[in-house]
Amino acid sequence: MTQQHRTSVDRLGRLLNLVPYLLARPGIRVADAAADLGVTERQLREDLELLWVCGLPGYGPGDLIDMAFDGDRVTVTYDAGIDRPLRLTQDEALALVVALRMLAETSGTGNRDAIEHALAKIENAAGDLADAPVAVRLPADAEQLDAIRAAVEGGHALHLTYYTAARDETTDRVVDPLRVIMVGGRAYLEAWCRRAEATRMFRVDRIDAFTVLDEPAAPPPHVDLHDVSDGVFHPTPDLPLVTLRVGRGSRWITEYYPCEEVRHDGDEWLVTMRVTDLGWAQRLLLGLGADVTVLGPAELVERIRAQAATALDQYAAPGG
Amino acid sequence: MVQVEAARRGRSHVPAASVSKVSRTRTERLVNLVICLLSTRRFLTAAQIAATVPGYEHDPDDPRDHEAFQRKFERDKAELRELGVPLETGTASVFDTEPGYRIAHREYALPDILLSPDEAAAVGIAARLWQHAGLAAAASSGLAKLRAAGVDVDPHATLGVEPVVTVDPAFGPLTSAARDRRAVTFTYRAPEVDDPATRRLEPWGVVCWQGRWYVVGHDRDRGATRCFRLSRIVGPVRASGPARAFAPPRDVDLISHVAQRFGPVAHTGRAFVTVRPGRAAGLRRWAVDVVPGPDSDRLTVPYADVERLAGTLVGYGADVRVEGPPELRETVIQQLKEVVARHEPLSTAVPT
Repeated sequence: MTQQHRTSVDRLGRLLNLVPYLLARPGIRVADAAADLGVTERQLREDLELLWVCGLPGYGPGDLIDMAFDGDRVTVTYDAGIDRPLRLTQDEALALVVALRMLAETSGTGNRDAIEHALAKIENAAGDLADAPVAVRLPADAEQLDAIRAAVEGGHALHLTYYTAARDETTDRVVDPLRVIMVGGRAYLEAWCRRAEATRMFRVDRIDAFTVLDEPAAPPPHVDLHDVSDGVFHPTPDLPLVTLRVGRGSRWITEYYPCEEVRHDGDEWLVTMRVTDLGWAQRLLLGLGADVTVLGPAELVERIRAQAATALDQYAAPGG
Repeated sequence: MVQVEAARRGRSHVPAASVSKVSRTRTERLVNLVICLLSTRRFLTAAQIAATVPGYEHDPDDPRDHEAFQRKFERDKAELRELGVPLETGTASVFDTEPGYRIAHREYALPDILLSPDEAAAVGIAARLWQHAGLAAAASSGLAKLRAAGVDVDPHATLGVEPVVTVDPAFGPLTSAARDRRAVTFTYRAPEVDDPATRRLEPWGVVCWQGRWYVVGHDRDRGATRCFRLSRIVGPVRASGPARAFAPPRDVDLISHVAQRFGPVAHTGRAFVTVRPGRAAGLRRWAVDVVPGPDSDRLTVPYADVERLAGTLVGYGADVRVEGPPELRETVIQQLKEVVARHEPLSTAVPT
């Protein structure tokens, strides 16, 4: 499909929508309509000019779409029969219905009614098309998520007791909440961490406790939110690179963690991945046991060998 | 016709600079075609449409001119159908041999939809969730239609939690095939298997479970119900055979199929371990009981699978010692021995 063709189809769709849109809003400002429809004012005026020369067969003055301009306001006075928008297409119905089902799964109980009602009405309007063969179930710890969301909406700073898996430690910190988002089925609190002096993503299921402080949340102005469209963890080139030989039973790690390279080598795979913390890598890789050999960096190889040897000694000791 | 043209020209403005004259004429013709076909109860033949709608003027007796008209009309019909305009085909009477066209208003129009401000806001937010994903365009054009139906959507509304909705490339073809009940063929790569395999499936539906996408259906080669993770599908999904080729079981619960296959299991086992003070914070979070001691703390940890728990415990190295049950203890010792063997200094040379 060419770009030109796409533009042409899009424009036709926009024009067929425009007449009922204006019919429903007599006397709307052209600038407001343009902003609402996501087009420039100039584009909207061009669309109106085009519609103004279209109409019913006969194409006399009484047959053509007509509109009245009053200053910067417009009112459609004759619609030539396109008084309703087109039905939703299959893809449109699917996109809206699935997104609403997602929202219903992640929203707090307070908003769920509105979402469920909206979903029912969209499904009704879409008819058979809404019968999307898509089911959604997210693992929301609803109570914890509700509590965190309410705290964030309250606009106060929070004191968190948080488990950091990368360092296997539970620490306390004060954060200024920015937003709560759901990525890949997990809820995160994105907040300005006063201890790290940076924005951080806190997994809601790892917030072991929190207190709402009296002081208002005061993140620095213009902080950048994480781009989570492609997942939460984005390895950067400054992180240590770990090289592994991975057997079949542990190959799942290449699906679970972002890898730089996965190469088939005999019966096993050679895998390189970047890790935020060698201590975390040590716990993960030790735990994969005989199915993984760490090839580098040398420091990690030695740490794993020494750690496993020391652990073994505990069982060799008398009474062990 | 001359008069009609004159009337239009009298009203027509100078075409705007940013829109090419060709595309403007084309869009104008298509809008007029939709209005014409919506206004007629009788089926109109291509010849009747050509004589009515501006932009189709041609000489039917000139074969080349007529052929050009036919091509243009075919393209226009295709464009309307692509947009979802329900173009009906039929004949006005039994004596007609030429097919005619019309659009039933009832089929064309979005039914009335009344949303409260809260409900409209929810739809607006839902449409925004796809902003990073493949269905973003469909969601926003769907929302535009709701707006055109009179629904006002507050663009600044939030719900406090926003799911980021992403889908795998196989999502579109699989949902279409499930809806049309057509069989599909795809290449699937399970992580524990060396080579991707071709699978043939009657897809019943697609499931988002715990943030990952799955398809559930009847596997034609295995002759059984199977779930597949969409992220493991390699390359295109091909639908084949006729629509309505199968029927999913009545009241099929897609989610429970996925949950059974990929879901968590009950942690009924109890392991007893000693942990150095202040260490193994992750394990402490899992423990159902912690008894502090002078040199070490004693934890009770629930588990489902000995191998998996052994892996977790081995990960903590010398910070954790297993007291029981014996089978867990043996597994941990065995794993530690293997780790040591695999990481002896001599065996760590990077292969060339």
